[in-house]
Amino acid sequence: MRNSPTSSTRLINFLGSMNLAISLLVVVAIASVIGTILRQNQPYTDYQIKFGSFWFDLFKALDLYDVYSAVWFLSILAFLVISIATCVGRNTPGILRELRHYRENVQEKSLRAMKHQTVIPTAQNAAQAQALAIRILHNQGFKTRQKASDDHAVVAGMKGRANHWGYWLTHVGMIVIFIGGLLDSRLPLMVAEWQGTLKPETRNIPAGEVPAISQLSTSNFSYRGSVDIPEGSRANILFQPMREGYFVQHLPFEVEVKEFRVEHYSTGMPKSFESDLVIHDKDLAKPLETTISVNHPLFYKGVAIYQANFGDGGSEVKLRLHPFSSRYAAQDLDGKIFGDYNLTSSDQQYKLELKDFRLFNINDMEDETGKVKKKNIGPSITFKLRDATGQAMEYQNYMNPVSIKGQIYYLSGVRASPAEPFRYLHIPVDPKGGMERFMRFLSNMQNTELVKKSAIETTRSSMQQTNVQNTEVENQVIESMVRLTEQFASKGSEGIMQEIAGRFPEDKRASASEAFMKVLNASLRSVYAETLKQEGISGELKEADWLFFDDSILAIDKIAAYGSPWFVQLSTFKQIEASGLQITRSPGKDVVYFGSAMLVIGVFLLFYVAHRRIWVWIKPLGENQSEIVVAGSSNRNQPEFERYFNRLQGIFQQAMAYEVKDVSSTTNP
Amino acid sequence: MSVPQQTLESLIEEPSLFKQLGLRDWLWAAVVLAATAFLFAQYGNGMDGYEIGILAMSAPSLIGLGWYWKAFQPYALAVAAFSLLGIWLYDGSYANAEVVFGLKFLVSSQSAVMWMSALFVMATVTYLGGLVANNEFTLKTGSALTWAALIMGMTGLMVRWYETYLVDPEFGHIPVSNLYEVFILFSLITGLLYLFYEGRYKNRSLGGFVLLVISAAVGFLLWYSVSRDADKILPLVPALKSYWMKIHVPANFVGYGSFALAAMVSVAYLLKERGQRVNPNGMMATRLPSLDMLDDVTYKAIALGFAFFTVATILGAMWAAEAWGGYWSWDPKETWALIVWLNYAAWLHLRFSKGWRGTPMAWWAIVGLFVTLFAFLGVNMFLSGLHSYGEL
Ligand code: HEM
Repeated sequence: MRNSPTSSTRLINFLGSMNLAISLLVVVAIASVIGTILRQNQPYTDYQIKFGSFWFDLFKALDLYDVYSAVWFLSILAFLVISIATCVGRNTPGILRELRHYRENVQEKSLRAMKHQTVIPTAQNAAQAQALAIRILHNQGFKTRQKASDDHAVVAGMKGRANHWGYWLTHVGMIVIFIGGLLDSRLPLMVAEWQGTLKPETRNIPAGEVPAISQLSTSNFSYRGSVDIPEGSRANILFQPMREGYFVQHLPFEVEVKEFRVEHYSTGMPKSFESDLVIHDKDLAKPLETTISVNHPLFYKGVAIYQANFGDGGSEVKLRLHPFSSRYAAQDLDGKIFGDYNLTSSDQQYKLELKDFRLFNINDMEDETGKVKKKNIGPSITFKLRDATGQAMEYQNYMNPVSIKGQIYYLSGVRASPAEPFRYLHIPVDPKGGMERFMRFLSNMQNTELVKKSAIETTRSSMQQTNVQNTEVENQVIESMVRLTEQFASKGSEGIMQEIAGRFPEDKRASASEAFMKVLNASLRSVYAETLKQEGISGELKEADWLFFDDSILAIDKIAAYGSPWFVQLSTFKQIEASGLQITRSPGKDVVYFGSAMLVIGVFLLFYVAHRRIWVWIKPLGENQSEIVVAGSSNRNQPEFERYFNRLQGIFQQAMAYEVKDVSSTTNP
Repeated sequence: MSVPQQTLESLIEEPSLFKQLGLRDWLWAAVVLAATAFLFAQYGNGMDGYEIGILAMSAPSLIGLGWYWKAFQPYALAVAAFSLLGIWLYDGSYANAEVVFGLKFLVSSQSAVMWMSALFVMATVTYLGGLVANNEFTLKTGSALTWAALIMGMTGLMVRWYETYLVDPEFGHIPVSNLYEVFILFSLITGLLYLFYEGRYKNRSLGGFVLLVISAAVGFLLWYSVSRDADKILPLVPALKSYWMKIHVPANFVGYGSFALAAMVSVAYLLKERGQRVNPNGMMATRLPSLDMLDDVTYKAIALGFAFFTVATILGAMWAAEAWGGYWSWDPKETWALIVWLNYAAWLHLRFSKGWRGTPMAWWAIVGLFVTLFAFLGVNMFLSGLHSYGEL
């Protein structure tokens, strides 16, 4: 009577089944894809913008922003490991049996029924044939067992047992790797969070203000996080990211960054990032000083400190604010990166928030010939200018003038949100290397007296040339010049368009705008000529001067949309860098490496060692006659085994054909 | 009848590995050892402990490879000769690349790679022509062209290694650091693996299939170097300055190359299988090797690739642990390596334990190539992550 399988054996059968294993392999592979297509662990607001609220919520519910920590993903992995463990557990007894037993008790019938078998008659007696068979098998690297009975003898040979160890090592290796990974995983944090004893902090606040529920003690088993430490400062914490927030992890010692350095190649590309660290620990007689760099971390007390990145650590900068309006005065400001400053020199209240300083900016730049090349265009600052309503624009201003297609400009990028690219304001650099001429030109445009005076001069001189005398027309033209220049100086070409739209019906606008542009141009040119006169340049203007004029007009046209009443110029700086350190404690690492070694050895044994069995059945057929049956089997790679067996069969046939005189001289184990 | 004991002995005794080696093999070993010693004497000062370790390990690996695969010996010697020629012609000045005839037209890395590309394409056409014309001589020419391409390509890499130091000693690095360089490596490894099996199975009819994928790689390589100046020698970014790169990348490419080989042999399998059904007297049915052999080669290639890919992934994890502070970060490249690995693990299980053979496995091996291709190229093109040095 056969018992129907109990439910537990059914479960084990299911868990250890090959079909499940293969399905799980494929499922894990597919699930892993998701996390590579959807960028993981970005700020939630980015996802919201990208997907809209419906999909955002759905994806959030499915944990797709952190797939690899999602409960469902970890469950599949766990399932996989249980499956492997079941399989190993179930197969191990069988493997041990397989390794121990030579199966010398086979039946002749079953040997003759094997796929690989051959029958060889020989003129040797049974003892000779048996000794010969043993010799052959030993020479082939087999270990043998024999069994003799009245009517026959069996030599059972086996080799390549390591193949089974290969199976075992591969699968157990994977389990070991998984356990190692588990040791280093964030699972304990997730459990604590689920129990309510921990909660990630999501606000951007100083570490000292983070509540205890988001802090992790030094006794925490494993952690992996990062911290930015400015030069000359120290820290004994790190931030461990957790979905949209972070935990503050305390370290058992203090890390001080004495200096951070970037070494450069001759091309200006970074060659090495290095930090001089000092470890302060009460267990140390004196602080430990060392230097780390990318690919060369420091290991101390089971904690590894890596050079991960770098940033600004609060550089000191001196700024000069050039107002775009002649009503305000220029202003100087001493600031520090990450500081906020109230600006009062315009009509409105603004807050200047200094965000970043960069010493090098390697950008794609077009040269005179139009070829794009990577070039270092020097230091820059990034800041935000927030108005009284809280709206902010972000700016990136370069300290040094930049050459673009042969012309030189002060560059400032502006954008309303980080999702947009920067739009650039190009302020042309005057022959003295500054922006005085540009600013004076702009301020002159806003000076009604001066504009009027030069408008009158221009109009008179052109009227004299054409010999027309009409005061009314003359006054009209002068008045238009002044108005348009004023409009242009405050609102750019947009202002002119408004003016036209307000004064002319649709169908007249095109011709009006042409006339207006002529008038405006004439006025701007005369103001420009006046500006140069103030510099002491008179007479015929050179081509370079007109290029400058064109660039100025383009720049002034953009000022209205630029959103800042000043051009913020970086005059001097003292760079203070912060070293970005990644700090980890991963006690599971060695476990993982050990498992990996098992896996690698296992895989090679599996593929390159075949477990083979050969049986030789010797049946005496009278005095000097016997018949032998050679049969074999292998657990894998049948084509290979077939070739092998054919060769072996040949050896047996030829050897058995020989008459052996003295078999006693051969070794017999 | 009495037979001397000696004869019987020689019949049944498996000659040991060392007895099988001839004078040539010992000479080979001597040459490799001498070259290693020379390299060590010449450059040992500039190497760290790990690099000395790598050098020390490469000598026995090369000797072993040459003993196991005899054709590798003349190949390596030819590469060495050409490379030394290149180094000698450079005479310590990178500017010579444009001046010295032998460099400009033969062994500067760019010219050598051009030769490699042209020869690979010619070999592809020749192999396919040989298959269509059923002409053994043409097929042999295909093999010869492939060998020549492999010599030029490997010379290109070797000379490039030297060139990186010539451009600026600080730039010096093994040329497996960007897409341009690894595409050369991929072509070479795939070609070498193919020729190995060609020799083992004494059958040249698969050359056209395997070389197709190499030609595709070469096409990409040429497009990439023309449109992006990708062949320019640039210094390494700090994250790549590690001895790990020397072992991680080549191990990976043995994996990629084997998987590519397996996929192309599977294509041949499917054609043969279809040919036998549809047109038993047609070219595919009669000229391609037996289905069993194709299946066997596919399996061997996947097993080899899988073993090396396992090693490479683990080495990658160890490198990551040292450079980024974690051996596993679920970075897209890592994750795709895992996906590739799981995919072939599933393939191997089906074959090992369920005994699947034939058509479905061939299709799977072909799909596997696309998965591999995405891990190798797609990740760099479409996904961002820590491995972004190879961006297009
Ligand atoms: C490195 C990759 C792997 C290799 C080379 C490998 C190899 C093998 C081999 C050779 C067998 C058959 C044993 C035999 O027929 O004697 C086997 C069975 C099995 N493997 Fe794997 N395996 C690998 C990964 C995995 C993974 C990731 C799983 C997880 C699901 C897994 C689960 C199983 C299961 C459940 C069996 C069936 C055991 C049975 O037949 O009862 N293996 N594996």
